[in-house]
Amino acid sequence: MKAAVAKLNQRLGEKLYSGAFLAPSFIGVMIFFIIPFFVVGYYAFIDSPIGQNFVFFRNFERVLGNLAFQTATRHTIMFSALAVPLAVVLGLGLAVLLEQKLPLKSQLRTFFLSPMMVPVASIVLIWEVLFHQNGAINDTLSNIAASTGWFSYDRMAGQWVDWFYSQWAQLPIVALFLWRNLGYNMILFMAALNNIPRDLLEVADLEGAGPWYVFRKIKLRFLSPTILFVTILSVINSFKVFREVYLLTGSHPYGRLYMLQHYMNNMFQNLDYQSLAAAALIMALAVGIIIGTLFVVEHWYGKDIEG
Amino acid sequence: MKKHHLSSLILRTAVAGFFALLFLMPTVLTLSNSFMSQAEISANYGVIFGSPAEGAYMSERVNLKLIPDMVTFRQFSTVLLMSPDYLFRFWNSVILVVPIVIFQVLIASLAAYSFTRWRSRWKEVLFFSYIILMLMPFQVTLVPNFIVAERLNLLDTRWAIWLPGFVAPFSVFLLTKFMRRIPVSYIEAAKLDGAGEWQIFWRIAIPLCRGALYAVAILVFIDYWNMVEQPLIMLRDPMTHPLSVFLSRINSAEIGVAFAVATIYMIPSLLMFLHGEEYLIEGITYSGGIKG
Repeated sequence: MKAAVAKLNQRLGEKLYSGAFLAPSFIGVMIFFIIPFFVVGYYAFIDSPIGQNFVFFRNFERVLGNLAFQTATRHTIMFSALAVPLAVVLGLGLAVLLEQKLPLKSQLRTFFLSPMMVPVASIVLIWEVLFHQNGAINDTLSNIAASTGWFSYDRMAGQWVDWFYSQWAQLPIVALFLWRNLGYNMILFMAALNNIPRDLLEVADLEGAGPWYVFRKIKLRFLSPTILFVTILSVINSFKVFREVYLLTGSHPYGRLYMLQHYMNNMFQNLDYQSLAAAALIMALAVGIIIGTLFVVEHWYGKDIEG
Repeated sequence: MKKHHLSSLILRTAVAGFFALLFLMPTVLTLSNSFMSQAEISANYGVIFGSPAEGAYMSERVNLKLIPDMVTFRQFSTVLLMSPDYLFRFWNSVILVVPIVIFQVLIASLAAYSFTRWRSRWKEVLFFSYIILMLMPFQVTLVPNFIVAERLNLLDTRWAIWLPGFVAPFSVFLLTKFMRRIPVSYIEAAKLDGAGEWQIFWRIAIPLCRGALYAVAILVFIDYWNMVEQPLIMLRDPMTHPLSVFLSRINSAEIGVAFAVATIYMIPSLLMFLHGEEYLIEGITYSGGIKG
């Protein structure tokens, strides 16, 4: 009896401790994320916070039919479709490069990683100096054009591209995105490359497999969970690019840089809860589908090496 | 054969050097330009940021220069002594970010200990929902945050940014991954020696995770030091905005000062990076692999 009570006490004590340690985080997450998320779900289906009439999917129809939302979505997808593959491939490229014999390897790693620790706001000035219509990129391009004669790129002839205010407007942002994110991806790939069993690579080497074959058939297979993770991470980060766009071009950017967060900001300013709620749910669903699909693809591709 | 090796080494080094240059250049240029005089900045970048003072020299083309003609600390002294605006915004940033770093790491390490020490079915579900929350973009999570802030009358106060920041799930995820690597035998041994949970947490779990805590603190710091979305939505008074938002509004007349401000703003995070790079790399490595 005594032992049973002691045991009960102990179990109770553990529950108490478990709850106590978790409580600050759990309560906070509940109050600031999970409960209001249900409120968001509720708002998405009513006509106004005052009337509170159930309107089925009308809010979703309104958001999806909204021209600004469509444009913002298109631009965000365009950006991600361009930036994410580059972030994955170049990140892997840098990791493979640093895996080779090279002088000053750890310094190089530091250099590649350092941009992630530079606040975007600090780098905005230089980005403008580089990509402005009269900026360093155009200047260099025209110097190359003039000295080689391969193509013509003349300021007087009006050939200089205004990078932030033309159909190319996403390129400087992609460049900034890659500059800031490649280091992180590279570190993840370096760790994964390190984890490939050495003996497997040695056997492949003895069997006379070429480096390209080894890379494709062995390394890529072992890297597939990391590729998945880096892809998800890059997709998430590519949605955050509003920051860069806002700091470079303000709250009313050139057409192609009008992103989903710009749309959301306008809705916040108008206090249009119904659109906000519906848009947030649509995006949550989209993110869920993207991540789910990536998981399925990776599972299908990498199943033969995972235990 | 030997020759082939050498030429490929040279090629690799050249490629690596090229990339290193690309990655370093923006930071280094910002640093070095902050030591230039206003006249030199105007001369170099007049074509971009607009006309300098009447009669001042302005180069016809943009002129990227790594080494200033004359090194001057004038811009820094202007920022630090004569423009309270910038310092005020810098202080806004500090007061927004530092409490978030401290409390997020503290709250998350408590939660991570609970997730590590007592596992149960519903906690796995909870942990999974933390991961989902962590993966959701701002566009999604800011809406619930905003609704709560409005209900609790926190809008236009720092609490609207602090409180969601204190409990953001990213640190919980990363620290749990670290703590699950502590051998159970350590904890069992401490338990047998009569240590309470609180003692095990402070004396064993926390010291063993010191590197992880540092890495998480660095990652949280840079994330919030960079914040733009939250202040734009939660703080409508521009006076309360952090420097990360304010820097983009500097007008062309102050472009020389702007480089100095930009430099000052990146010093804290760069110092943290140089000091804790090893931990940071370890932290990033552990963040890989959502599934494990």
